Amino acid sequence: MSGSGAHRIGLIAGAGITAAFIAMAIIASFWTPYDPAALDIPAKLLAPSLQHWFGTDQLGRDVLSMVMAGARGSVAVAFFSTGIGLALGVPLGLIAAAHAGWVDEFIMRGNDLLFAFPSLLLAIMLSAVLGPGAVNACIAIGVFNIPVFARVARGAALRVWTQDFSLAARVAGKGPLRISVEHVLPNLVGALAIQATIQFSLGVVAEAGLSYLGIGIQPPTPSWGRMLSDAQTLTALAPSLALFPGFAVALFVLGLNLLGGGLRPRRER
Amino acid sequence: MNAGPAPLLQVDALEVSIESVKLLDGVSLELQPGDILGLVGASGSGKSMTALAIMQLLPRHAQVRGNIRLRGEALDAKSEAELCRIRGRDIGIVFQEPMTALNPLMRIGEQVAETVRLHRGTSASESMRVARAALARVGLEADAESLRRYPHELSGGGRQRVAIAMAVVLEPAVLIADEPTTALDVSTQAQVLALLQDLVRTTGMALIMVTHDMAVIGATTTRVAVMHEGRIVERGATAQILHRPQHAYAKALLAAAYLQPKWHAPPRAQAPPAAPAILEAVRIVREYPRRRRSLWSAPPPLRAVDGVSLSIRTGETVGLIGETGSGKSSLLRVILALDRPQSGEIRLLGDGFTTARGASLRRLRRSIQVVFQDPYSSFDPQWTVERVVAEPFHLFDVEPGDADRRRKVALALERVGLSAADARRYPHEFSGGQRQRIAIARALITEPAVIAFDEAVSALDLLVRAQILALLTELNASLGLSILFVSHDLAVVRSIADRVYVMYRGRIVEEGPAQGVFGSPRDAYTAALIAAAPGLA
Repeated sequence: MSGSGAHRIGLIAGAGITAAFIAMAIIASFWTPYDPAALDIPAKLLAPSLQHWFGTDQLGRDVLSMVMAGARGSVAVAFFSTGIGLALGVPLGLIAAAHAGWVDEFIMRGNDLLFAFPSLLLAIMLSAVLGPGAVNACIAIGVFNIPVFARVARGAALRVWTQDFSLAARVAGKGPLRISVEHVLPNLVGALAIQATIQFSLGVVAEAGLSYLGIGIQPPTPSWGRMLSDAQTLTALAPSLALFPGFAVALFVLGLNLLGGGLRPRRER
Repeated sequence: MNAGPAPLLQVDALEVSIESVKLLDGVSLELQPGDILGLVGASGSGKSMTALAIMQLLPRHAQVRGNIRLRGEALDAKSEAELCRIRGRDIGIVFQEPMTALNPLMRIGEQVAETVRLHRGTSASESMRVARAALARVGLEADAESLRRYPHELSGGGRQRVAIAMAVVLEPAVLIADEPTTALDVSTQAQVLALLQDLVRTTGMALIMVTHDMAVIGATTTRVAVMHEGRIVERGATAQILHRPQHAYAKALLAAAYLQPKWHAPPRAQAPPAAPAILEAVRIVREYPRRRRSLWSAPPPLRAVDGVSLSIRTGETVGLIGETGSGKSSLLRVILALDRPQSGEIRLLGDGFTTARGASLRRLRRSIQVVFQDPYSSFDPQWTVERVVAEPFHLFDVEPGDADRRRKVALALERVGLSAADARRYPHEFSGGQRQRIAIARALITEPAVIAFDEAVSALDLLVRAQILALLTELNASLGLSILFVSHDLAVVRSIADRVYVMYRGRIVEEGPAQGVFGSPRDAYTAALIAAAPGLA
């Protein structure tokens, strides 16, 4: 029908953009055109050229190398913070769904408590308390992914529990844990994959935000957020400095959201 | 408006294809005011497609040929805006599932009034007045308080009445009812059918009754068209079709529709009346907590099952009859040891099933298995048929090895009329009837003494239903299997059960041999139920 063409294009474009950024992050682990941390003061603030495709910054570092290395930090933080959310949130959601009553109440009210805080603001606070650094950024962002995944997992799991096949599994003598693992979890994969792409994109934004404030990834490791904050003071001199990391964040988030939207079954939209 | 010689509704050589598959092939119909036309056939025969085509509600990529004329005017030539005015005002439709046809967030009065306002542009108060009249006409209370109820506050029958009120509020010339009573209980069904007939009589509209239920056809229609594979294979007056069908498919459908009472079947080796009870329910009470209304006192719990006792002997088929909300599903969950009763116990093979734990619970579970109503939600969509059928092996202390399991699954599949090769396929590749066979194979795999069937044929077409019932009778005879058959469908229960229990509001109101209960019911409720059920003649 009419929606399917656009739907396909979105999915393909989203998957392509996401794959390109992840590939860039992996390549940056082994190779970048220049050392992204190497200073070359005489070659500072060069305009884009054949030698430096994206130009150089105020300390003469190669901006393309920095964007590539920044992708690495961005993907790593988003990946691990999403992973923390999945690893802790999904079991909580499954347990809540399998045990109606006070277990469910306890888990979900704890969830609501976490949800009550504006997550980015609290991630900033948590990073400030834990101390700056990539690992602490992962934890701070990851904590707020837990209730998101718990809620999605519980909602989808409750739907599975109402299906006759989970009753049939009980008649076959299986307990809640076994049914959760054998029947419920495999039927949640789709919903969780969609949520994971969304949380991944929020992780990219959150990492950029924390680094922008100086409490995320620490120098000399480049990150998009700090590149943006450094470029801010130089907007008049070299406006393109803010352009590349800003564009990278925007394009990556767009790609992830297109991917998440494309993965969603058509009837849900 | 000039009726003239043109019929009210004329469908002429209608052809519909979707993705080059021909779904309707040369369907022609004619309706005059006051006609009640039955459109009957199995699912997939094209009857709902015909209804959608008349409403001009086919998917956009459907290719349509042929003519549909309302009072001589071709509908396919109309714009979408014109069609929107025609739908509802000239042609109304009532769907099978009233819950999905109503907006759950809208009060019923507003819901009906909105239809009036959109079509007639009348004021809010005038629309509400018309809506109230329509709701009163379909037999709903129409005082201010009742109009403010939401769909979920009504029973299934009540919701279907609202849907009918919405469809008839503008007094359409043609009403299409697509399986309007399939989701309803026997006595509610009788009321809704009477209501539809009454509306036809008083308003002179024409009614197309789309159904797979021959009893509904016999009770309400004046003419019938039998559909099979997108074609009308036979048409004529209802009495003629029901008693002297000509076409082979119509004959088969009728044969499957009329279920012989079991006591008419040639007698076979029956369980001696003295056979020991294999399953006993002893004074079961099952209560559910109700939502708290007051901070100070907990409300009395809802007693879904109120002191029910029943027993099943070896080789016996026992029917449990009850309408929605009678507590039969709650009772079944207790019998299967899925829920614990507040008091009473289930004894299986002489042992306490309710109190069993661990190894003895697993041993007892092997002896009772279940087949559910919905062939679509009965299987994990990600599992192969082999894994599905083998799941109850979990109940054995030592699960069979791969080769052994495969052999046993193959045997079980063949036992229910499927093939060993089906084990590698996925449930979604099978039809509804085949899925119920898979469910039966899963139930048979532990070689149980009793299988409970929870409305297990309600979702099936007539011909498939007859095949599944025959399979059950055969399994009962050849394996000495005891069967607990839970259903609201009296004709089905009568055709399969040796003995029946009738459940009403959590209690057993009547029990006895099937012939006695159906022939001369002692309880007033049972008698009313039997009187309301079409097709028991």
